[in-house]
Amino acid sequence: MTDQVVEPEVGRSRPRKEDARLVTGQTNWTDNINVNGLLHLAILRSPMAHARIDRIDVAPARERPGVVAAFTGQDLAEGLGSLPCAWPVTEDIVLPDHPPIAVDEVRYAGDPVAVVVARDRYAAADALEAVEVDYTPLPPVLDLEAALAEDAPLVHSDQGTNRCYVWPLATGESYATVRERADVVLKRRYLQQRLIPNAMEPRAVVVTPLAASGEYTVYSATQIPHILRIMLAVVTGIPEQKLRVIAPDVGGGFGSKLQVYGEEALALTVARRLGRPVKWTESRSEGYLATHHGRGMIQDIEIAATREGRLLGLKVDLLADMGAYLMLVTPGIPILGAFMYPAIYKMDAYDFTCTGVFTTRTPTDAYRGAGRPEATYAIERIMDELAVELDLDPIELRRLNWIRHEEFPYTSIAGLTYDSGNYEAATDKALALFGYDKLRAEQADRNRRGDSVRLGIGVSTYTEMCGLAPSRVLRDLRYAAGGWEAASIRMLPTGKVEVVTGTSPHGQGHVTCWSQIAADVLGVPFEDIEVVHGDTRAAPQGMDTYGSRSLVVGGAAVHHAARKVVEKARKVAAHLLEASEHDLEFTHGVFSVKGSPEARKTIQEVAFETFSSHDLPDGMEPTINAEHLVDPDNFSYPHGTHLCAVEVDTETGRTTIRSYVCVDDVGSVINPVIVEGQVHGGVAQGIAQALYEEAVYDDEGNLVSGTMADYFVPSAVDLPEFVTDRTETPATSNPLGSKGVGESGTIASTPAVVNAIVDALRPLGVTEVRMPCTPQRVWEALRSARSSEEASA
Amino acid sequence: MTRISVKVDGTTYEDEVEPRLLLVHYLRDHLGLTGTPIGCDTSNCGACTVDLDGETVKSCSVLAVQADGSEVTTIQGLAHDGEWHALQKAFHERHALQCGYCTPGMIMAARDLLRENPAPGPQEVREALEGNLCRCTGYQNIVRAVLAASGQEVSS
Repeated sequence: MTDQVVEPEVGRSRPRKEDARLVTGQTNWTDNINVNGLLHLAILRSPMAHARIDRIDVAPARERPGVVAAFTGQDLAEGLGSLPCAWPVTEDIVLPDHPPIAVDEVRYAGDPVAVVVARDRYAAADALEAVEVDYTPLPPVLDLEAALAEDAPLVHSDQGTNRCYVWPLATGESYATVRERADVVLKRRYLQQRLIPNAMEPRAVVVTPLAASGEYTVYSATQIPHILRIMLAVVTGIPEQKLRVIAPDVGGGFGSKLQVYGEEALALTVARRLGRPVKWTESRSEGYLATHHGRGMIQDIEIAATREGRLLGLKVDLLADMGAYLMLVTPGIPILGAFMYPAIYKMDAYDFTCTGVFTTRTPTDAYRGAGRPEATYAIERIMDELAVELDLDPIELRRLNWIRHEEFPYTSIAGLTYDSGNYEAATDKALALFGYDKLRAEQADRNRRGDSVRLGIGVSTYTEMCGLAPSRVLRDLRYAAGGWEAASIRMLPTGKVEVVTGTSPHGQGHVTCWSQIAADVLGVPFEDIEVVHGDTRAAPQGMDTYGSRSLVVGGAAVHHAARKVVEKARKVAAHLLEASEHDLEFTHGVFSVKGSPEARKTIQEVAFETFSSHDLPDGMEPTINAEHLVDPDNFSYPHGTHLCAVEVDTETGRTTIRSYVCVDDVGSVINPVIVEGQVHGGVAQGIAQALYEEAVYDDEGNLVSGTMADYFVPSAVDLPEFVTDRTETPATSNPLGSKGVGESGTIASTPAVVNAIVDALRPLGVTEVRMPCTPQRVWEALRSARSSEEASA
Repeated sequence: MTRISVKVDGTTYEDEVEPRLLLVHYLRDHLGLTGTPIGCDTSNCGACTVDLDGETVKSCSVLAVQADGSEVTTIQGLAHDGEWHALQKAFHERHALQCGYCTPGMIMAARDLLRENPAPGPQEVREALEGNLCRCTGYQNIVRAVLAASGQEVSS
């Protein structure tokens, strides 16, 4: 008999089960998959942002050594449908056709125009050079405001407009009315630069056909094997039950692998045509063009307040760059953000409008926080500006306006019901860790001395909506799918356990955390649990992993399924012990009869006796396995306070992060060390948006930052040590009390850093620095502040 | 085609390869040693870092023919008698990896650092790993793991 677990697993900093493979190189990345007869697919991409394809000839490529086939868009068009957009946010949204490979017109630099299939990857890459294409350039569409002009060139000429949609939300009182009674109205424009996701594993797909039965196995570096399977069936017409999608080890996603990509459809189509296994792996530079980008917004934000600092209303006008096509959830990203601009603050009126705009650039979609970092940035930047305007400390202004602990649950002006939170506690803890007053004193001293290196302090308080979830809310938002999640628990005859989850991890540690959850409910050892995921045959139901939903929804499903197993086992145990179910206690995996502890059965014994099924209760099926699909009735709302101190060298413009402190409330924690790691990674990304990263296009629409050598991905020397801590107010929407953590660091950190930079330079007349706040941008902001000072002198 | 002889993780391989074949593709596609992944095509990310005759190299910037007569150690050759290398243990114990894609390169680069500087400071670790990019961890736990593997006291 196995020893029963006594110490609770949930809450322990368990080193991960996942690591053994990863630290020894015994990995199963998609590109590692090699099968007999494998062909390598390479894609020729448009070198222009916008052009008509006048002529394309792949015949010369077919002559090259090692080449097996080559196809144009026209060759593949039959039987290959449009790539899906699952979030048509308005009824009258413009939904252009999105062919996986261009047929007559290219709409961004990187749009696929031809594919070559060869016996090895070098031969396939070589043969691309032999494809002949004649283009007639068309005007690029790059500026979001100019794109909306009457006579603007069109990205999709058949649609007659570059305006994809207009999505409004107005709640509370009329904004115009509260604006009238405001003492102070501030208006600002913030720019969200485009970011390139850069998951360390490039995207890859391998398709292996079983010609005789018409079945296909699609291995993909994806976050969404279940959704991908459905969508590939729709796009290719291959029946869903003939498709098996496997997400093997996946090397990061950050939203960029929450997608149904043209390459996945192309690899499947080519494998089907040739009856041979096909692999495509992107190079990093190819990925920069072909993997969706994040952010890309112009934010006009206006805030109205009383002289005392009470917020009255908020107005947001957003222009969101869709890029050339709508990908899986492209239009919905700014809409997720719409609910987050009011953040943790109380106010009387909220007025939001987002206009989605087509441009001739790589499509945008979900990326690290997806809409919420952008919202948090704008509100937290303008709160600092308001504090300056009112001569209040930025933290005091926040205190005046935030929802107080005793007011939860609280329905925000945007209509979300925040179930739990404690902004005071998180902020007080962060301030103490940071040494706020001491740093303010040092700052004043440096300013007095006119030090060339200025100190700046930035704060950011945030909340976010995690755990997508409530399916009926998603329906109201016109999101095509539900938000439920599935889990099943298989108690094996030997007493070991398989947890089958519908979530599909790519670094988050689901195997470890789900094992901890199941171990506690079932009372079995952590080591005895395996977690099955990422294969639509082995784990047939699921809505996959994105938006910090996995633990909150998927982890909750594991909890519920395990509870069901215990209840089934209780019936068997009661029968075997000849006792009433109500007289059985279940502790640490043991059923015992109240008052006579020697009458006992372990859950493992029950599993075996159920398997043998020699003596089961009448009418009971011989299984204690259970499945649960959960659809929570609310989102979850992590929150926290991030504080950043920067030193800005006013002579060089260089910013150095002096200290970074964050206190996050992600509800109850399953594995503290995993939570800490998630926060670190998120904060790193948020700092990177503030200081380093930007996808830069030239006037022709070419991606100038087109390789890792041109796009600054920060390394260990570019990032500081982080001080992280937590407060804990459990979520009420799931039995774990967890809120989700994957995005919090990214959401909170960008405004903390930029607020700190502006705070450092404000005595020198600077009120804004555009992201990323590179030395050059800082230096230019200082120069223009100086020259406007001189002009007014 | 060129004939090469390379000892990789203790086994000697004789092969005919194209002169342009990169070492990383030789390891992955020809030898099936897929523990060394590829993260970029500009030698920026460091995911493919291996040891070549005692020198740490990015195997995407070395030709297979240049490795002729050499000894290569990859992440798959680090464990001995089933016992993980101190860095492998430390990365696991300190949660210094999430998706794990950069991990082989990180460990190989950190191993090189510890050979040259057995007791580095945190800043020295950061500088030594400048050529290895990670998108998940924010590097903090990686730095802690390398310090821990060096036998130094590390705060949690």
